[in-house]
Amino acid sequence: MDNKKSENLIIAGKNFSSRFLLGTGKFGNKNDLALAIKASNAEIVTVALRRIDLQRHEENILEYIPPDVTLLVNTSGARNATEAVRIARIAREAGYGTWIKVEVINDSKYLMPDNEETIKAVDILTREGFVTLPYIYPDLYAARKLVAVGAPSVMPLGSLIGTNKGLKTKEFIRILIEEIEVPVIVDAGLGAPSHAAEAMEMGADAVLVNTAVATAGNPVLMAKAFAQAVEAGRNAFLSALPVQQDSTQARASSPLTGFLYQ
Amino acid sequence: MNIVVNGTSNIVNEEISLKQFIEKHCPNPERVIAEVNEHIVKRADWDRQLLKENDKLELITFVGGG
Repeated sequence: MDNKKSENLIIAGKNFSSRFLLGTGKFGNKNDLALAIKASNAEIVTVALRRIDLQRHEENILEYIPPDVTLLVNTSGARNATEAVRIARIAREAGYGTWIKVEVINDSKYLMPDNEETIKAVDILTREGFVTLPYIYPDLYAARKLVAVGAPSVMPLGSLIGTNKGLKTKEFIRILIEEIEVPVIVDAGLGAPSHAAEAMEMGADAVLVNTAVATAGNPVLMAKAFAQAVEAGRNAFLSALPVQQDSTQARASSPLTGFLYQ
Repeated sequence: MNIVVNGTSNIVNEEISLKQFIEKHCPNPERVIAEVNEHIVKRADWDRQLLKENDKLELITFVGGG
């Protein structure tokens, strides 16, 4: 079957029934995180690595993530390929990280991913046996190079991280969906369930959301809403959306032959 | 002796292993990942790793992230 239409999301041979990935940052209450994972049925969640603050007691994020969930360790903080590789190796040493969201950012204003360094990192990490999900600006050539060096998925940004602006890069993500065989997971910037549905309707394989859920008034309910939108969007894609009409003229969906006046 | 821990200088007076240092300073040693001079030290080797003057320690853990 066409992988783009398979029932499950398949990454590196692993099957996931959920197409909603959840980020774990910015949750005010960690219990909300645990409940949000449950409410959304997310099967892949991202975490980050940071230096320990020796001055204060920090909560262990892993305690709030069910053990059957696939941990995707991001390389946030990496400014180049070398640093991303170093973070990935640390994650693996900790016993968690063979699945790595490769994120190389060397720009503190826009937090734009550096596609070139990301390709270098994915090349090295793939050869070391990691499963890499690279976070990229949606560029066709970069995506092709990533697939060529072994990325089993690509994660293009919808809009800038944390902005909740939705699918500003829609037409470029559409090109990736058309041209790239591995799953395309829209990451960053999705601010409402409707944005997630929009991405899924055009054939994205999955979405990753963090800020819009974690900073919602009710993060648990919002996580559920996103998961529902992802499912709705997926079903719409599978059923092939009808063609939108350019004309301003309406086309009746009920027969107009009036029987009342006959 | 001076040891740089997560970018900050620490004065340590006695001979101390990496394991002892982590147990003394980290509330949850079981979730600490340690690097000494940019080399990961496996947990099983923590007690054999004695800290030396000017060692650079990175003590890392998992946090929330997107």
